[in-house]
Amino acid sequence: MTEYLLIDLDTERWICRICAHDFGDARGNYKEGTLVYDRDPREIHPPVIDPEKYEFTFSPDPTFCRILEFYCPTCGTQIEAEYLPPGHPPTVDMLWDIDSLREKWETHGGNPEEVVNYGPGENAETDLSARFDSVAHHSHSHRGTTTEGH
Amino acid sequence: MTLTTDQFTPAGPDGDDETQLLSDQEQQWVDKFMDETTLFLGPDPAIMRHHEIMPRTAYEEECIAQGIDPLEIDRIRKRLAGALDEAFEMCESMGAAPGAKWADLSCAVYTAEGDVTYLSNRGVIAFSAVLHHPIRYIMKNWKDEPTVGINAGDGFFHNDSRFGMVHNTDQSMLVPVIRGGVIIAWVGATIHEGENGACEPGGMPSGSETPFDDGLRASPIKIVEKGHLRRDLLTFLQHSTRDPKLMLADIKVKMGAVRRIMDTVDRLIDEVGQETFVASLRVTVEDVETEVKRRIGELPDGTVTFNQFVDSTLKENILIKFACKITITGERMIVDLTGTGPEILNRAINSPLASTKSFMAQAILSYWWPDLPRSTGALSPIEVITEEHSWADAGYDAPVGQSLQASFRGFSALQTAFAKMQFSSPQKYSNVVAPWFNQINDFLWGGTTQNGEQVGNLCADLNGMGGGAKAFRDGEDAVAPLFCAMADIGEQEVMEEEVPFLQLVSKRLVRDNQGFGKFRGGMGYEMIVASRGTPSWGFMTVTSGSKFSSVPGMFGGYGCPVYPLAMVKNINIYDVIRKDPSQFDLSMERVMNEQPFEGGDYQSAHMGLQFDVAKEGELYMIAQGAGGGYGDVLERDPELVVTDLELDRISAHTATTMYGVVWEPGTYVVHEQATVELRAQLRRDRISRGTPYAEFVKQFVTEEPPAELLYFGSWGQDNDEQLLATHWGGLEPERVKGKLEDLPLIMVPDRRVLKISKLEARVRELEQKYGEEVVHKS
Repeated sequence: MTEYLLIDLDTERWICRICAHDFGDARGNYKEGTLVYDRDPREIHPPVIDPEKYEFTFSPDPTFCRILEFYCPTCGTQIEAEYLPPGHPPTVDMLWDIDSLREKWETHGGNPEEVVNYGPGENAETDLSARFDSVAHHSHSHRGTTTEGH
Repeated sequence: MTLTTDQFTPAGPDGDDETQLLSDQEQQWVDKFMDETTLFLGPDPAIMRHHEIMPRTAYEEECIAQGIDPLEIDRIRKRLAGALDEAFEMCESMGAAPGAKWADLSCAVYTAEGDVTYLSNRGVIAFSAVLHHPIRYIMKNWKDEPTVGINAGDGFFHNDSRFGMVHNTDQSMLVPVIRGGVIIAWVGATIHEGENGACEPGGMPSGSETPFDDGLRASPIKIVEKGHLRRDLLTFLQHSTRDPKLMLADIKVKMGAVRRIMDTVDRLIDEVGQETFVASLRVTVEDVETEVKRRIGELPDGTVTFNQFVDSTLKENILIKFACKITITGERMIVDLTGTGPEILNRAINSPLASTKSFMAQAILSYWWPDLPRSTGALSPIEVITEEHSWADAGYDAPVGQSLQASFRGFSALQTAFAKMQFSSPQKYSNVVAPWFNQINDFLWGGTTQNGEQVGNLCADLNGMGGGAKAFRDGEDAVAPLFCAMADIGEQEVMEEEVPFLQLVSKRLVRDNQGFGKFRGGMGYEMIVASRGTPSWGFMTVTSGSKFSSVPGMFGGYGCPVYPLAMVKNINIYDVIRKDPSQFDLSMERVMNEQPFEGGDYQSAHMGLQFDVAKEGELYMIAQGAGGGYGDVLERDPELVVTDLELDRISAHTATTMYGVVWEPGTYVVHEQATVELRAQLRRDRISRGTPYAEFVKQFVTEEPPAELLYFGSWGQDNDEQLLATHWGGLEPERVKGKLEDLPLIMVPDRRVLKISKLEARVRELEQKYGEEVVHKS
């Protein structure tokens, strides 16, 4: 469903494509299964002109803008980075109709891990299958049967 | 549905109804009386609030009934496309407006009722979703109006976005195709002209505080009558702006371009027949609509939400929300902007609904399905929900001089959300891409040139927006504006022959001005300008995003940084360089941090600069924006990281702390094992500092925005109809809440008045503290 998230249509769970971490009910908000960090935006976007001398420096103002970083609790992959005013509820950015999704893939008949790519053009072809081995240090056991759309 | 007649529903089939005040007959008399005595034919909601294609007319039905040959229709489309591209090139080559020279224009063929059938391949696609409005207005109001009428050889001009335009700096030439006294089609050319007589030069005033500060307010008027340019109206238009020569030149250029399209249309009609020609226009519009529905059906059903927060009125820093929820159910798509902040009645950032929608079409035809013909049919089947008098759907009385602040957000809402909507779809028509930069980081200018002419316009550098990272490659640097895929940033040396300032630094990248990610966004460049050899000159900037990043990243990537305006006043850089040529080592970083010019007044500010008088040699410095990054930074190929490092595109700090790369200083050879270990450590650090979502929400989320934040819009997404706003009953702001219709009118006090008030309070405080007795007379 995204660069780092699969939906397992058998179990109806959000799954990390990197390490198979289970983020929760695919009919709900995957963010509920993440770890979140409230990042001071100045740490990500460093000032180019001296903040001691100037108010406007290339760094976002932390009283206007925070960056919420959403991590996979198992492999530490940063799944989303959301720019929000301080205190604003994190956005529920995706809610999918799982019944319709299942029906569409059944009609299509293909294996989503094989047929989904980044769009037209040779360089957009890619392997979007699960990469559960790709981060060495995660603690989760591999879930070889978990694939998107099956 | 008939949009070009007033929507009036009679009481019932038998006429009279006891609860009805007037009988049908009486109502008809009233309607007739009102039609004949209408005081003012302003923008018509029955036209302006609709973006759907019109139903087939009886004549179109008749033409289509004669049979459709798809191959012939394709041939007609290709001939039209050729003619439109030719006309486009004429405008680009001959146009006097800087915007014309850089492709900020469009040529089109329309159905009789105004639906855009085909647009030139190059140019601004947003026009495909907005120019049906003026044609419908003309058809409704001027066709049968004895003092106006529509005849062969007539041409209509308009610029006011309240009647349907991308923004008020654009000007149109719309010409009917008439056969046997019947209007069977329209052709047109529209150019971003720049200067329009607004309160500031250049056509996009950041300082407008009323609709009358926005400049020229041309409703559709017949500027060309039976082939002749009306000199009285032309003179009025010239007199209404700062650049009369530009007005004359480009009206003639548009007339020429339209004539070129008309030549092809005439030949086509002679060759294929009037009916086939009309049928081909109609079928194209319908085909696009049908195909859009089919493609919506290919996307997964669900809802994607993307909220944006804009940090400026262009006079002061605020935070105003542009909310967007996109819901797909089968072939139905609803774009819902409820939750978007209210219009601000004395600031320039509001956008008419039609302009906001036009940039939704821009996203669809440029970034979703760029292979489709550019037609009104593209946005037509998509339902758009907005609240009238929000800043994305401004009322008639709101200034809209810098409406791009809201309408560009309409683009970003759709462009950004689409990555999530399309990602899992097996059939894609465009690549997965992170957010494109969406601000006008540019200088507008005006004054007297070295050739003694009065001008007002803008640099082409707004066309150097950084592209969003793609899912498989870095975004391209300064590649194209969101509104025009093949625009040009112009030849600076050519410009310098016409305008009295130099770009002392141009096209120089600013280190770390990136949206970081597995693939990074395209970078913007720095510009430093200073006036020279002019009796009067000034610059403006019209951009938000100096405190809150304008675009985020995608799937874990970061957004762009924020952008300051930096100035050094009270120097003449030309004298400085003449005395010491080594000082011609200019960058915003060096100049602002080292402050090398004695006596200079070094200032940074947000990028909403109202027209500022620029004395010779004073420095104005900005940077173009970057596109969003894609994916987790710790997945970026370390070789790409050190390449950026070696080219000074990123700092060593970024390479280490952001990307987790270890390298050999001097040779830039990556230490692979050390990099793997550092990245593993950075992942562990994330896990250790991250808080489980539910707990995090309890700690982070507040009932309301921080009290000191001048906030506008919904808070969260659970109740988007409940808006918060900042209201100034007196000099102190207060937070108000409620549905949009219940909120008080929002006007922001003059920041100079607020500043004076604070300073006066401070003076009184000090007088009291030190026992000084001063009589303050009012």
